[in-house]
Amino acid sequence: MTDRDETFAKVAELIEPFNKKDIQLTEATTFAGDLEWDSLIVMDFVASVEDEFDILITMNMQAEIESVGQLVDAVENLRNEE
Amino acid sequence: MTEAARTPYDPADEVPMDHTVGRDLFSKFDPLINERQALLDTGVRDPFALVMEKVHSPTLATINAKKTILLGTYNYMGMTFDPDVIAAGKRALDEYGSGTTGSRVLNGTYQGHKECEEALKEFYGTRHAMVFSTGYQANLGLMSTIAGKEDYIILDADSHASIYDGCALGNAQIVRFRHNSVEDLEKRLRRLPPEGGRLVVLEGVYSMLGDIAPLKEMVAVAKAAGAMIVVDEAHGMGFFGKHGRGVFEEAGVEDDIDFVVGTFSKSVGTVGGFVVSNHPKFDVMRLVCRPYVFTASLPPSVVATAATSIRKLMHAGNKRGHLWENSRRLHLGLRELGFTLATPEAQSAIIAVLLPDQNTTVRMWQALLEQGVYVNMARPPATPAGMYLLRCSLCADHTDEQVGQILGMFEAAGRATGCIA
Repeated sequence: MTDRDETFAKVAELIEPFNKKDIQLTEATTFAGDLEWDSLIVMDFVASVEDEFDILITMNMQAEIESVGQLVDAVENLRNEE
Repeated sequence: MTEAARTPYDPADEVPMDHTVGRDLFSKFDPLINERQALLDTGVRDPFALVMEKVHSPTLATINAKKTILLGTYNYMGMTFDPDVIAAGKRALDEYGSGTTGSRVLNGTYQGHKECEEALKEFYGTRHAMVFSTGYQANLGLMSTIAGKEDYIILDADSHASIYDGCALGNAQIVRFRHNSVEDLEKRLRRLPPEGGRLVVLEGVYSMLGDIAPLKEMVAVAKAAGAMIVVDEAHGMGFFGKHGRGVFEEAGVEDDIDFVVGTFSKSVGTVGGFVVSNHPKFDVMRLVCRPYVFTASLPPSVVATAATSIRKLMHAGNKRGHLWENSRRLHLGLRELGFTLATPEAQSAIIAVLLPDQNTTVRMWQALLEQGVYVNMARPPATPAGMYLLRCSLCADHTDEQVGQILGMFEAAGRATGCIA
């Protein structure tokens, strides 16, 4: 597995507790559309991703992230900045 | 357009718009419109369209031609009908007129605005005070102005809408931490890049559940990370701390707070907002803060009532004591009746009753109104964690007898709706 694959797997694992409809996760799965998350779930989930990777995902960044793939890219970028 | 020839509006005349190009911008609200209609179709009253036909005192109004105890007005210190406050407002109306028609930085600063800021400086013991037209605008102004693109605002996830909106209006990087979690705040502060300013935003009392922040610990963590700190004391002013300044005073962290934000629309009993600070450059805000500059200032009668009320709140020890007694008694009484409350004990003058869903909450709200007590209904997204709640806020002027009546009404309404056994 590449680093990115590992990040994807970890993100998918973090999504699971909030994946109430058992949506099959792909790069293109969207948080608002496919997973039907509201702002409260997003808050909880983002906090768990931040803590898992020891990064900060600002609300400004969150506004640009719509899909799982975009989130994985963002996490990768933030980890590489360190 | 022949404006003069217009007849009164008749819904039957309504012609649907033709949307072969573009679309009805209101269509995005259809889910909400439908949800509301479905709720009203069950026969309940709209909890967000209530009219106070008469207001008799800080604790009593006429609603639907029925005398109703007010238990959801944030009128904590009962100042709205204080004779000195009302006299000051009437005098200002006579002497200065009904409105300023201008911005604070142009023709809208009257003697009364300066006197109101002087009263705030005395109340808070600070060097600077700036009065805004509403509390919402005070937060909008501070958040959007003080932190720039390179700076970070670190805020509690349950922050008030005005704090979020202030962040959205500005350009700063916004980081959230889990509600009231010192550990979560510390972790996020540690992850910030070394460059850029830091503003930690806290509230003394969180208005939805009435819980208070662990300010002593949070302020220590924020200071250690080199952050400036703002505390919003909208729901703490008047009855926390030796001078009634708020939760931050009671927590003993006054010297470490850079800005206190507050409102006149709760304990002070009128409308308006403010920020107080000891920062030597604070006054530059008057030139650069858009929600301060680009709006009309408060009417003279409003600042006169605010200044008088603030000065009276400095010596309101008895009222404070009674407000705390009322809050503790209501909290205990509701617990004993079997209601689920948001906090284990009364932490503030807000007591939030948790209910399972929207329908039950509206039915209970209506049953209370029919009994003769008004409370606030709150629902997501205003509430945390998708909660439905009935929020009660006590007033220092609620009599012991009224608190007893309120508990009786909760018991009757709770049994009638099946909320309690």
